[in-house]
Amino acid sequence: MTSHMTHDALRRAFEEELLAIAPDASLDGVAEDADLRDALDLDSMDIMNLVIALHDRLGVDIPDKDAAQLVTIKGALDYLKGKS
Amino acid sequence: MGLFKMPSLGADMEAGTLVEWMIAPGDVVAKGDTVAVVETQKGAIEIETFEAGTVGKLLVEVGETVPVGTPLAEIGDVSAPEAAPAPAPESAVALEPTQEVTAAPEAPPPTPKPTAAPTPASAGRHRASPAARKLAAETGVDLSGIKGTGPGGAVTSCDLEGAPKATPREAARASGIDFTEMRKAIGRAMARSKREIPHYYLKHQIDLQAASAWLEDYNGSQEPAGRLLMGALLVKAVALALKNFPDMNGFYEDDAFTPSVAIHCGVAVAVRGGGLIAPAVHDTDSLSLSDLMAAMRDLVARVRAGGLKGSELADPTITITSLGDRGVDEVYGVIHPPQVAIVGFGTVEERPLVVDGSLVAAPTVISTLAADHRVGDGRRGALFLRDIETLLQKPEAL
Repeated sequence: MTSHMTHDALRRAFEEELLAIAPDASLDGVAEDADLRDALDLDSMDIMNLVIALHDRLGVDIPDKDAAQLVTIKGALDYLKGKS
Repeated sequence: MGLFKMPSLGADMEAGTLVEWMIAPGDVVAKGDTVAVVETQKGAIEIETFEAGTVGKLLVEVGETVPVGTPLAEIGDVSAPEAAPAPAPESAVALEPTQEVTAAPEAPPPTPKPTAAPTPASAGRHRASPAARKLAAETGVDLSGIKGTGPGGAVTSCDLEGAPKATPREAARASGIDFTEMRKAIGRAMARSKREIPHYYLKHQIDLQAASAWLEDYNGSQEPAGRLLMGALLVKAVALALKNFPDMNGFYEDDAFTPSVAIHCGVAVAVRGGGLIAPAVHDTDSLSLSDLMAAMRDLVARVRAGGLKGSELADPTITITSLGDRGVDEVYGVIHPPQVAIVGFGTVEERPLVVDGSLVAAPTVISTLAADHRVGDGRRGALFLRDIETLLQKPEAL
């Protein structure tokens, strides 16, 4: 779970999983509130893979209806912290 | 002894660059073994052989760009009379290699190994993204020594460079798929399609209330890895409908249509940064929804990380394109010859719908069909789209 993780550790975990899904992408210069689907050219399959990866890594269950909260860095970190 | 030739991986492919041999003279290969990696406008594609037997001479060196149909290697029964390799088409000399040619050591003459255990053709295979494979070839890096951080351990260009990453498009353009060439190839194929194929177009809005409700219920009981996307239901419905409409599933070649017994739906996948590849989900109609979802995830991953097989590009019997959750209402495709139809799905979203005389907001998708008038008429196309709609009303049966 995420309760023991610092903000930086959670952010690092999120970004690592995101870049594993989009290995030739970069988060350099991507604002916290930028839509990652635009910034990294992600589609619905990528978002699904991100949900799976975060579940596997952090043990958080992310229902389909909540997946939209992962499309910005800020939204994702807020959501994941709230799951602790 | 047979000749293993540069395959055509779609109407938009005229030539390919050999970037890796995965066999050596004397190896024993079976049908379906991956024997080479070829760089096309669609990236690095693993090519399977349809000949079984012992590998003879390798006729093309790594780095050479040759037209479709050029003999690449001898494969077959070494005891059979050796066929003289056909000369490469003249146009071969006019093609510019897409990367620097590093001359491979001259292949030794074939060494039959009748008593030796077969050598798996894919032994030592290392996965790498098209970008990484290209960069490795350019810089002389041995991919086998690189620990990959991409999907499935695939080596990415970043594993090689360790440099700050550019935007997806910049990164891919810099070291991987040549987007300019890919765009040219797509343009040539689509121009040919529009020039030669008399398209007709239809659209039909499909009520997805039942499918959405079923999907929500199904996914609610699944771990994330077991969940489905609506796209899987749409693809499966098309595949099942094709069983009733074989005139939409096959190839038009030499002034005649040949329906395909197998249903291999090509699923259009956007290449990050631009471009499009539509590899086949083999035997789509026979897959369960969960297997189909897994197959689609695998294809998308391999479009991104490398590892597509030649048969997956050459085999689609129809193409399905979907704009996903951030597209627009409708998409009208251009048929990918020699196929005769392409089905499109716009964005799934709530739209006004009349249900039992009342106006409601309901999840719907607008399906479209572009089909070949040389094979059939709009009436058949309309029935086909209606059949897809009917199948989606019973999602549990897909």
